[in-house]
Order: sequence, then C-alpha cells, then structure tokens
Amino acid sequence: MALISPDFAAFLYLVSGVLFILALRGLSHPVTSRQGNHFGMAGMAIAIVTTLVAAPASDGMGWVLLVLALAIGGGIGAVIARRIPMTAMPQLVAAFHSLVGLAAVLVAAGAFYAPIAFGIGEPGLIERGSLVEMSIGVAIGALTFTGSIIAFLKLDGRMSGKPVMLPGRHLVNAALGLLLIVLIVTFVMTESALCFWAIVLVSLALGVLLIVPIGGADMPVVVSMLNSYSGWAAAGIGFTLGNTALIITGALVGSSGAILSYIMCKGMNRSFISVILGGFGGDTAGAGPAGAEDRSVKQGSADDAAFLLKNASKVIIVPGYGMAVAQAQHAVREMADKLKAEGAEVKYAIHPVAGRMPGHMNVLLAEANVPYDEVFELDEINAEFAQADIAFVIGANDVTNPAAKEDPTSPIYGMPVLEVWKAGTVMFVKRSLSSGYAGIDNTLFYRDNTMMLFGDAKKMVEQIVKAFD
Amino acid sequence: MASIEVNQAVEQARAAADAAALSAEQARHAAEQAATLAGGVPDGLADAAGAAVHMASGGLVDPFIFRLSIFVLAIFVGYYVVWQVTPALHTPLMSVTNAISSVVIVGALLAVGVDVVGHGTALARGFGFFAVLLASVNIFGGFLVTQRMLAMYKKKDR
Repeated sequence: MALISPDFAAFLYLVSGVLFILALRGLSHPVTSRQGNHFGMAGMAIAIVTTLVAAPASDGMGWVLLVLALAIGGGIGAVIARRIPMTAMPQLVAAFHSLVGLAAVLVAAGAFYAPIAFGIGEPGLIERGSLVEMSIGVAIGALTFTGSIIAFLKLDGRMSGKPVMLPGRHLVNAALGLLLIVLIVTFVMTESALCFWAIVLVSLALGVLLIVPIGGADMPVVVSMLNSYSGWAAAGIGFTLGNTALIITGALVGSSGAILSYIMCKGMNRSFISVILGGFGGDTAGAGPAGAEDRSVKQGSADDAAFLLKNASKVIIVPGYGMAVAQAQHAVREMADKLKAEGAEVKYAIHPVAGRMPGHMNVLLAEANVPYDEVFELDEINAEFAQADIAFVIGANDVTNPAAKEDPTSPIYGMPVLEVWKAGTVMFVKRSLSSGYAGIDNTLFYRDNTMMLFGDAKKMVEQIVKAFD
Repeated sequence: MASIEVNQAVEQARAAADAAALSAEQARHAAEQAATLAGGVPDGLADAAGAAVHMASGGLVDPFIFRLSIFVLAIFVGYYVVWQVTPALHTPLMSVTNAISSVVIVGALLAVGVDVVGHGTALARGFGFFAVLLASVNIFGGFLVTQRMLAMYKKKDR
C-alpha cells in the first residue's frame, strides 16, 4: 500500500525535524523569525504528508475521518488564532499545552489498542520497550493535560490565583507518584488495559494536585514547565513510534521549556523546587499591609505628571502585568509618541518575569506598534535609570521593589529588580497602595522622589496624554 | 608441526575475535551509560556517546539506542538554539514550540488509518480521530498565532 519506502519516509521525518530546529533558530532575531515560522510550517506539512503517503488509511472511512478531523481542528485553530486578544496569550498557550497533552494520551491509547498499525507488536504481545515508552508518554501527557487546564483557569481568572493548599498535599503527591511507578511496572509486565487507564487516571489527578497550590505570580514558571512537559510527552510517543521527527521535536520543546523555566526562576530569584512546591503569593490582596497608613505618600494628578513629563529629556517606561489587565499598551505608545515629539528620549524596560508568561510585555508593546529597538531587557537598561529624568512604572510592582536589594529580611531579597528609584522622579500608575503578587509592601511608594498616580492604568495614561495639549 | 602452528593461529584469531566482541559489548555499554547520563552533563559526553554508538554499530545495536542518541543530541541542539532566542521573542517561542510539539499528529494519523479488523481497532480509530482533531487545533492555532505576533515586531521607522 505504501507509496514510499520506510527508509525514505524516515529520511523525510529527519528533514522535518531539521526544519523545526531552523524554526527555533529563526527566533534569535525578529527579522529572521518570520522565516523561521515558515520553516516550522513546512516541517509540519512534510511530517503529515509523509505519514499519509507512507502509511495511507486502510479504507475510505479512514480517509473521511482524517479529512474531517483535520478540517474541524484546523478551522477551530485558525479562528482562535485570528480572534484571540494579545493580552490573553498566556491562557491561550496554557490551553494549547493541554491539547498536546491530551493528544499524546489519545495517541498512546491508539497505539495500545492497535499495536500492529504502529509496528510495535500484536495485541497482547506488545514489545516491552514500547510499553515502557508508551506508559511514560501517557503519564506525562495526562499530567500536562490537567495541569495546563488548571493553569489556564488561573490565568484566565476563572479560578482564583491564590494558591490552594490542601492538607498533607506533599504526602498525597508522593503517594500518587509512587503508585504511578508501581502501575507503570505492572503495566509493562502484564500489558493490562485496566493498568493503562489507571496510569491515565492517576496522572490526571497528579496534574491537578501539582498545579493547584502554585500561586498566580509563579505562573510564568508553570506555563514554561508545562511547555517542557508537553515536549517530553511528544518525545515519549516518538520513541514508541520510532519516529525521528517526533523525537527531535520532543527534545527541542522539552529543553526549550526547561530553559524558559530556568530563566523565569532566576528572574524571581527562586529555586525551581520552591516554585513546584507552591504556596507563594496570592491575588492582589485588598488592603495594604498594616502600618502603611502612617507613612506619607506623594500623590499626583494627571496634570502634574504631564507637566513633569513634558520637561523631561529622558523617560524610561516600565510596564507590568497591570498594563496588560488594563489594556493600556496603546495609550502608553501614544504618550511615548507625544514625549518624543517634545524631544524626549523614550525607552522601555522589561523585567524577565513582567507579565504572566515569558516575553508577555514585549508582545503587547509590539502590538501597540512600539519598535522593538526601543525595548530593553533588565541587564541592558538597569544602568540607565540614573541618567533618566523619569521612570514611568505602569502596572509593575514587585519587579521595582528596592527591598530586593536593600532588605535582607524581605522574601524577595536577592531578586534582580529594575532600579527605577535611581531616576530623578518615579511615577507609579496604580489602583491603590496594595502590595503586588508577592504580597510584599513596596517601600518605593513612600520615597520622596516617588509620585503615585492612582487610577486605572489606561484612563490615567489617556488623561496624561490629554493634559499635554 | 605445521598443524600445530595453524591451530595456534586459529586459537589466536579466536582470542582476538573474542576480545573484539568484548570491546564492542563494552562500547555498547558505554554508549548506553553515556546516553543516559548525558541529560545533565556538558558537551564532550554527547560526542562520546555518538562515537561509542558508531563503534558499536559494527555489531547489532538495539534501535532504541539509535533513537536515544538522536534524542540526546537533539536536547543539546535545543539547548544551544533556545539560549540564542532573544528574550523579546519568548512568547512566540512558546507558541511555536507548542505548535511543533503537535507533530504527535503523526501517531494520531496512524491510529485513524488503522485496518479495522481485529479486537480494539475501532476503538483505536476513535482515539485517533480525536487526537487528530486536537492536534490540528494546535497546529493551525499555534503557527497562525505565532505568525500574527511576529508580524507585529517592527523596527523604528526612521
């Protein structure tokens, strides 16, 4: 039936794997990134067509189902990709991870019930090695599925970002992990369907329990980690199928997610383990911490801010998650345009963990047509705050907290922060004096050179823009 | 006399063959160990694993070892490539890795295309159908949303 030899098919899978590598390589610079994405699409097309040609569906019904599934899935995907607002990228990526996880589970189930189609033996007599690979793939896939759903619910605000601390959760998780290992061993020995589904169930439960206790502030790590898991799940399936494209992709995605998790952890000065164990930070608590009242805060109006900004020659804008929530990126760009028209130099400073996923702020600024060569990373720009007249902090909080440098007792001590306080004046656009996700008071609010601009980020910036004229 | 020499020569040849077989076996062992270790170990080991696998391939090597070599080397490739990605593009990186990990669709296509004869094959086809559906949501959604994002990254007009 096959139109091409297995050897040639294997070669084509290798080509598609190489194209995926080039897709990631392209992302080293915005200019080459678009071409990289096209390499990725080409790699995917080659992998799909190769499979269809090398192992065509056995009957007409098979083809009908194939086309139907591709059309429905592709249609849904295309519509989502077009409609999704950029501010919702973190939850979209989490949702997509859950789909990869579930797809991996279903593929493993397919391989389990029809091993001949996958060339891994007869039903009941599947090769032992394949059973090991299959069970590991299915366990990681199921864990990724439910874990990503929880991450999605938290990021989408359908579930509180507060960590949910179940009693004895470490013990329960350890017991479930042990049970999972026992089940995998039993499954490999007996090849029982019951065991297969037990592995799925336990992994599903583990996915929920592992992510539920992790707070909203740690979501960038969680999303990257689940990204990594979805890669390992794909690699597990790749081993079962003996497919090079899948193995290469799994390894690429797995290491990519792991590196991003590492960068995020470093950005928060936290260990990966402490993030996984969870319990850190919650939703923005209503009131500020006790004792906040007796310290004085300098409050300013939009007019005051506009006056100062107009006379500034160098302004650094520090965006954070609050800007995303208020959808204020376009208003910020407009303000920057006005400042530039007045002759000021405007730059943007982005902390690695600003927002809810790696690179979140960069995408939002790009959406608002901010040129990427005006946007700088922490290391590149930190030294420049001392020369800036104004640091304009909008929707960021913890990433500017001087306590990380000055107060060894602070929970965020040692975390790399943007040294906004070195600027002539710090403007803080914020709803209230409440603490950030880390739940820590920001001493910056009470400094002499700080001006608080209370209100909704978008409205405040729009008012400032108006006050310019 | 001559026959004794021949016997000796045969004996020596046999010993040499044994030694060769032993070293091949050792190389294979080393390859397995190196490959399992290489996950968290720097550079040189990957090369060593590759070389060892190559040496051992004179004998019969389990296909698993070849897959493992590809896997381990791909992790290294991924490691170096991803560190080169500019932080500004970390979000597109996540969406594109998400799209390419949907290459699991390859397995799903096999499951849908299965010969529906034996026990459980209809079930496999059903699983395959949903897997193709989910993976294609991801493939189209992932690549297109990445494209949309990347189109927004622009330089200064001047």
